[in-house]
This record gives sequence, C-alpha cells and structure tokens, in this order.
Amino acid sequence: MMRDEITVLMFARYAELFGATAIQVPRFDAATVGALIEHLRRLPGGQALPERPLVAVNQQQASSDRPLVAGDEVALLPPMAGG
Amino acid sequence: MNRLTDSAIDWSELVEATAGPGRGAQALFLGTVRDHHAGRAVVGLEYSAYGAMAESTLEALIGEATARWPVAVEVRHRLGRLEVGDVAVAVAVAGGHRDEAFAACRFLIEELKKRVPIWKRERYADGTEAWVDPTAPTGRAPEPAR
Repeated sequence: MMRDEITVLMFARYAELFGATAIQVPRFDAATVGALIEHLRRLPGGQALPERPLVAVNQQQASSDRPLVAGDEVALLPPMAGG
Repeated sequence: MNRLTDSAIDWSELVEATAGPGRGAQALFLGTVRDHHAGRAVVGLEYSAYGAMAESTLEALIGEATARWPVAVEVRHRLGRLEVGDVAVAVAVAGGHRDEAFAACRFLIEELKKRVPIWKRERYADGTEAWVDPTAPTGRAPEPAR
C-alpha cells in the first residue's frame, strides 16, 4: 500500500456499483470517513451510494467523523443480510 | 476459528460439540433457504461476506452470549451458492436449563443478522437476481441502471 493512499474494500452491491472490490483513495480526499464517502459518491458508480453507508475501520463499525490514517483497513458495508 | 464455511453445515456435529453432562437443555436454530421472499419465487441464493470482520464479529457475539448466560455455543454460517432447503446458518446452544438455552440462541441469531457482514443475492424463478436489503421497503436493493 502507498503511504499516501487509503485502500477501501467494497463488498456485495457496493462492489458492483464501483465495478471493483477495492479502491485506492488519496489520503488528501479521505481525512475522515465522511470525507471519504463524499469522494466516493463523486466517482463513476458512486451516485447510488447512500450518503451515510455503513463503514468499518479495522473491522469495527465507524461513524462519519472518524479520522483515517495510513494503514487503516476501511470497508464499505451494504445493509447486512446474513442468516 | 472458522465459523464461515463453503460446504454443507453438519449441525449434528455442533449439537454434539456443545453437549455436556451438566447441560440439560440444548437449543438448535437452523436457518434454511426458503422458496419465496417478498412475493417472489426464489430458486436459490448466493452468500458472500467480509470474511475477517464476519469471523471477528461472530467471535465477539459468542463472547457476549457466554458472558450473559452460562451456556456453550457453536455457530456456523454458509457462504457461496445455496439451493432451496439448504441450511444457511446454524446456532447450537447448550445450558443447564431451557431459559438460558433459548435466550442465548435467540440473541445470537438476532445479533448475527444485524451485525455480521454477510450479504445475499437471491435468484428468482424468472431468471432475475437481486441483493437482499432488509432496510429497503421492498426487502431488496434497487438494481443499478445498466
């Protein structure tokens, strides 16, 4: 991973929206979870992303004001449908 | 521990694993693939997961259940393509008495559905497919325009 990029894992429907299971985002555009989502919503396919999707940082659900640092494992989670 | 599996769930193994001489009450919940959902005929579905987080969240849920009730617990969730009637999830709980066995079993399946990052795509009899979204009014996510 590049030091100045955040890797965002995409799953299920969100992976289909973006046509990718992982996207690299410049750290400049991802200071917080909320800023990252705003950036992703401007990418092709991102228009269908909710304003406040579930996001996990290092496998824990995180709120939109959560700051992101290099090396964080960030994941976008569609509404869960297990069971 | 791998609680997610690509192969058929052997729930009798989970019942045996949780049994014990002091555990006189065993509860088993099985979730199976149903042939209909929200008015549409379902022929099968495909589960996928954020594997590492799903495993760690299941571990946390089991920790919460065993802290709250004196029970032994096993949970499995299947991934990949399933057909109608296949077991998708199994929760086996054993405790001294039925109150804690039923309560812990109910807690585990309800929290699993809310908190474990697993997704399912349904295949319908008419050949179409859709992502299940329990938060959507229709129970399904809108398909992106193609």
